[in-house]
Amino acid sequence: MKFVGYRRSNGKVGIRNHVLIFPTIVCAAEVARMISNEVPGTVYAIHGCGCGHVGEDKEQVIRTMVGFVGHPNVAGVLLVGNGCELITPEVIAGELAKVGQRMETISVQEAGGTTGCVTEGKRLAERLLTEASDVDRESVDVSELILGLECGGSDAFSGLTANPALGIASDLLIAEGGSAIFSETTEMLGTEQVLAKRAANAEVEKRIYEIIAAAEGKAKSMGVDIRGSQPSPGNIAGGLTSIEEKSLGCIRKGGSTTIMQVVKYAEQPTKKGLTIMDGTALDVMNNIGLLASGAQIIVFTTGRGTPVGTPIAPVIKVSSNSVTYNKMKDNIDINAGVIVDGQGSLRTVGEQIFNEIVEVASGKLTKAEILGHREFDIHSLGPVL
Amino acid sequence: MQEKAILIDEKDNVATALCQLEKGDSVPVGVEDRSVSIALSQDIPFGHKFALTDIQQGEAVIKYGEAIGLATKQIRQGEHVHVHNVESQKGRGDKR
Repeated sequence: MKFVGYRRSNGKVGIRNHVLIFPTIVCAAEVARMISNEVPGTVYAIHGCGCGHVGEDKEQVIRTMVGFVGHPNVAGVLLVGNGCELITPEVIAGELAKVGQRMETISVQEAGGTTGCVTEGKRLAERLLTEASDVDRESVDVSELILGLECGGSDAFSGLTANPALGIASDLLIAEGGSAIFSETTEMLGTEQVLAKRAANAEVEKRIYEIIAAAEGKAKSMGVDIRGSQPSPGNIAGGLTSIEEKSLGCIRKGGSTTIMQVVKYAEQPTKKGLTIMDGTALDVMNNIGLLASGAQIIVFTTGRGTPVGTPIAPVIKVSSNSVTYNKMKDNIDINAGVIVDGQGSLRTVGEQIFNEIVEVASGKLTKAEILGHREFDIHSLGPVL
Repeated sequence: MQEKAILIDEKDNVATALCQLEKGDSVPVGVEDRSVSIALSQDIPFGHKFALTDIQQGEAVIKYGEAIGLATKQIRQGEHVHVHNVESQKGRGDKR
């Protein structure tokens, strides 16, 4: 099966053609936004990172930034620094050169302050936009797609409708030779054995147990026992009996295929098929991690409803029930609540999600894109010193 | 037509109510082309589970094709299945 996408010089395939204005340090965030506002057609991302990171945290922040700005959905990037930060545009540019990304760099201090930087940045952004506008979509096999799987604001229906339907869509894409990444390690507690059974080999099996144990360990180190409150009283009132049942509902979005690999947050898989990214429970950070890991598109299931998008990649929203869909139609692309209403089955909604993925990959806009949702955050491990 | 209950996986021994179900209701539960009718012996709130077959004490309660806990007492077909008769097997520091 084919879609139309952007083949980049490094061989990777994008489904959007953004020019991104990206601050490598929070101190340059407003300047980056000002430059982007001066050049309609560009996008920007704002975050609070770039200085004071050490060790594993520094590695993770840099890995996330490099994966994000070097993403195939980005035709060109203008990296904006202040000048004295830990993660300068040059640090990121050095890594980006390895993946062949089109980029420009600028810093506030060298450009003579805000006004000078915005003026010079505008010129660079215009040049990047001109180049990007000259790139055409071409026919590409769907096996080039990497689907990010996300859920948030889950309810009693999530594990019954939206998540298993997304799992079917994920299976369909992988059957076509494509890939999918699922995450949210916290919501895998109690499903270790189930996921481990699907591991491609002993190493993957070992890593599945490790990351879930580590997520639990982090909660305990803060003096919080996640499982003491899981399922929550609200979950129990809603009919969820055990943590196994709740997590099993969450992992349904990962479908039924073999788990080929386990990667760190924002680390890129080297194998096709299904990958687990060791991510966080916070949706926006996790979305950005999925993109940095290479996902070009995200399908996001929700019970209660959520508006979020990303700066560079489409997010398809799937509601688990019709009440939320009708309340937030402006935000939600597909209603899996029809399964409960008797208007569809897991199979038909799964196929609908798969078809929507292919259409959106070819250029159809999602509700989050139309509304201008560009939420961005980096999962910094801290402490910031 | 709106279904009254959903069976997620063919291996499951419980189904989930898609609306408030009353004691005495006879609820058709279908998966693929099969359908069985379960007579409810208790009210089943929306989102809650009921047994499709008799489940013996100590036997696994299966949903999503996987064990979600063990039955702490015998559960009859059509009975409410929840925290009062199922025990989680995960995170049980007290049992280690």
